[in-house]
Amino acid sequence: MTEIAASSELMEFVQAGPDGARRLSLAVPDAYCATCIQAIEGALKHLPGVRQARVNLDKRRVQIDFDPGADPLTFPEAVVKSGYRNHPVDPQDLNDKDPVLRELVYSLVISGFASLHVMFFSEAIWSGVEGDARTLFYWISALVAVPAVAYAGRPFFRSAWSALRVWRANMDVPIAIALIATTAISLLETHLHGEHAYFDASTMLLFFLLIGRTLDHVMRGQARSAASNLARLAPRGAQHVLEDGTQAFIRSEEIKSGMRLLLRSGDRAPVDCQVVERAGAVDVSLVNGESMPHEVFPGEQVPAGALILDRPLHVIATRPAVDSYLSRTAALMEAVETTRTRYRRIADRASDLYAPLIHLAALLTFLAWLFLGAGWRLSLINAVAVLIVTCPCALALAVPIVHVVAAGRLFARGVLMKDGAALERLATVRSIAFDKTGTLTTGKPRLVGQSFGDRELLQIAAIMGAVSSHPLSKALAAYGSRDLYADCHEVPGSGVEARIGTSFWRLGSAGFCGAKDDGAGEGSCVWLARDGDVVAAFDFEDDLRPDAAETIEQLQGQGVTLTILSGDRQGSVSRIAQRLGGITARFGLSPQAKNEAVAAMREQGAVAMVGDGINDAIALRAADVSFAPAGAADVGRAAADFVLTNDRLVGVPFALWLSRKADTLVRQNLALSVAYNVVMLPLAALGYMTPLLAAIAMSSSSVIVVLNALRLRFASGPHLRGSAK
Amino acid sequence: MNGLLLLVLSAMGLGALALLGFFWAVRNGQYEDIEGAAQRILLDDDDKP
Repeated sequence: MTEIAASSELMEFVQAGPDGARRLSLAVPDAYCATCIQAIEGALKHLPGVRQARVNLDKRRVQIDFDPGADPLTFPEAVVKSGYRNHPVDPQDLNDKDPVLRELVYSLVISGFASLHVMFFSEAIWSGVEGDARTLFYWISALVAVPAVAYAGRPFFRSAWSALRVWRANMDVPIAIALIATTAISLLETHLHGEHAYFDASTMLLFFLLIGRTLDHVMRGQARSAASNLARLAPRGAQHVLEDGTQAFIRSEEIKSGMRLLLRSGDRAPVDCQVVERAGAVDVSLVNGESMPHEVFPGEQVPAGALILDRPLHVIATRPAVDSYLSRTAALMEAVETTRTRYRRIADRASDLYAPLIHLAALLTFLAWLFLGAGWRLSLINAVAVLIVTCPCALALAVPIVHVVAAGRLFARGVLMKDGAALERLATVRSIAFDKTGTLTTGKPRLVGQSFGDRELLQIAAIMGAVSSHPLSKALAAYGSRDLYADCHEVPGSGVEARIGTSFWRLGSAGFCGAKDDGAGEGSCVWLARDGDVVAAFDFEDDLRPDAAETIEQLQGQGVTLTILSGDRQGSVSRIAQRLGGITARFGLSPQAKNEAVAAMREQGAVAMVGDGINDAIALRAADVSFAPAGAADVGRAAADFVLTNDRLVGVPFALWLSRKADTLVRQNLALSVAYNVVMLPLAALGYMTPLLAAIAMSSSSVIVVLNALRLRFASGPHLRGSAK
Repeated sequence: MNGLLLLVLSAMGLGALALLGFFWAVRNGQYEDIEGAAQRILLDDDDKP
C-alpha cells in the first residue's frame, strides 16, 4: 500500500521554502493523535539536513523544510518506519488558499458584527425609545448596516446579477432584492422619521444566509481537498533511457511512442508499452481486476497502470499517455458521468419551487395594498416585509447543516464523504453491487486443500514453489518443512520445472502440467505433474475480509439487494457468494460488462457500487453512488463518492443507515422552514409584521433547523447482531 | 446625549477591535490546524530550546 516514489519522481514534489530551504509535503492519512505527531515529527527531525517538520492534523499532512543539500528520498522511508504510510502531495494541491471560502468567511464575520451592533440599538427602540433619539439610533444603525450589506452581500448580488443577465432567476435573486429593498426602505423610513426601519432584519438575514452558504461551500470544498490527497490518477512519469545509456526522469505527458523506458520494481507503467529485454512479473490487478500477477516476455504488451513486481523492466512506449489504457478508461468514465449530473440536489429542487412563489407573494402584496389605496410607502413596506419573512434562511441552512453533521460522523467511523449530494443519493439506494477481489476478499490467496494425490507431494510442491515470486507459489512455499535438494528453475508465465532424483517435475498452470481445467474448480488451482502425468492439484482461495460477512448481514437487515460483479471465474465467485449467503453472483465480467450490469440494475432503482480496481472505475462512475476501500487503485478512489479510509467494509452499512437518517432530517428541516413561512407570510402580507417579530421569527426558525440537524450526531447506530464491539 | 454618544462610540470601537483581531488571527494562520493544536498540548516538548 505504501508507495515510495522513485528518487527523481519525488523531486517533482519538492518546492522552494523560506530562507533558501526546500519544502516537501507528504500526506499521512492515518495520523490522528498527539502520539502520531510525535512519532512522525520525531522520525523526521533527526534526519540530516531537516530544518523543520510539522504535522498538520486537519489536513493530515506533514510539511518538511530541509537544506538544499539534504536527500529527500529518506523522508518517506523514515515516515514509513515510524509506522505511517504516506505519499507526496502535488505542490499544485498544496495551494489550498480558497479565495471563495475566504470571502465567505470575511463576509460572515462582518455581517455578524454588524447585526450584533444594529441589534443593540434595535433593542433600545423596541423597549420604547421614540422621537429624535429613535431617528438618531436608526441613523447609527444605517452607518453600520449599509456598508456591511454592501460588502457582505456581494456573493448574493454577484450570483443574482449573473442569473438576471441571462434572464433567469435563481434563489439569490429574491435574496438580493430583499437585501437591497430592505436597506433602501429602511433608509427612507429613517429619513422620514418613520418607525418601520429594518436594518436589524437586513443584517441578520445576511448573517444567517451566509452561515448556510459557507457551510454548503465547506461541504463541497472539504471533499475536494481530501480527494486531492487521494487522487493521483496516473503515474507521473518514468526513467527515460537516452541514446548514450544515461537515464533521465520524464513526465508521463512528454513520453512519445518509441521512447525506451526503464521501469523499476514498484513503479507503475505510465503508458502502454512493449517489453524489449528480459521477462519480468507484472501485477495487472488494477487493469483487469484479478490479483494474479503474470510474466511478460520481450515483445509482449504492458498496459499503463501495471505494477512492476520483481525486477526492472526495459520497455518501449507504444502509445503516448493521452492514448493509454488509463486515459481511455478516464474517457469512458466521463462518458458515464451523466448519471451523476442528472441528479438534482434536494435543496436545488426546493428552491426552484420556492423562488417564484416568493416573487409572486411580494408582488401581490404590493399591488393589493396599492389597489386598496394604502399609498406607495405602506405598500412597499409590506411587500418588503413579505420578502424578509419568506427569505430562505432556514431553508438555506436546512440541507448543508445536516450534511456537515453527517460528514463528521462518517469521518469518525473511517468513511470519507466527498460530496453532500452523494449522501442524498445513497439514501435512495435499492441495491448494492460488490466487486470480489480486493473488495469482499483480501486479494491474497491461501492454500485450502489438495483435491487429489499423495499428501507428501505438498512438500515437493512447496520446495518448487519457493523459487517463484508468484503469489500462489509463495502460498505453497509456506508449507515447506523438509530440506530436499532440487534443481528448480522458473518458466515465466507457466510455472516451475524441477529435476529431483530421476524424476522430472512440473508445477504450475493446467496447460503447463497437461491437466484439464474445467473452470468449475473451487477457487484458483495449481497442478503438479511427474514425468508428464498429473499427480496432484492444490486449491487456493482468496480469503474473505474479516468483516465481509458482518457487512452483508447488516446490509440485508437494511433491505437492499446484493450482487457480486466479478471479473473472476465462476468457481471462486460462487464459492464466495455461497459462504456469504443471500448475494447474487455474476462472474467473468469485463469492465464494460460491469458497467452494463450496473446500468441494468439501475432500472430497478438506485444502485451503489463498492469496488477497488481500475476495472471497477467505470462501474463506480455509472452507479448512483460508489464506495472504494482505501487500498483501492487511485482511479477507483477518485471515482468513488465514499472512501473507506480505515479499509473496513462495515463502513458501507453504516453510511447507508446514516444517509437514510440524514434524508429524514433534511425533509423534516425543509418542512419546518416551509411551515414557518406559511405562518409568517399572511402576517407580513396583512401588515402585522414588525421589525421585532421579523427578527425573532428569522432567528428562531434557523436555530430550530440547526438543533434538529444535531440530532443526527446523537442518533444511535444500526442495531444489528454482531455490530457491538 | 453626550454620555450616550460616548457609550455608542466606545461600544462600536471595541467591536471593531474584535473584528480586526479576528482578521489578524486568520491571516496569521491561527486556524490552520485546529485539531493539531489541540493534540499538541499533550506532547512533552522538552527537547525544544
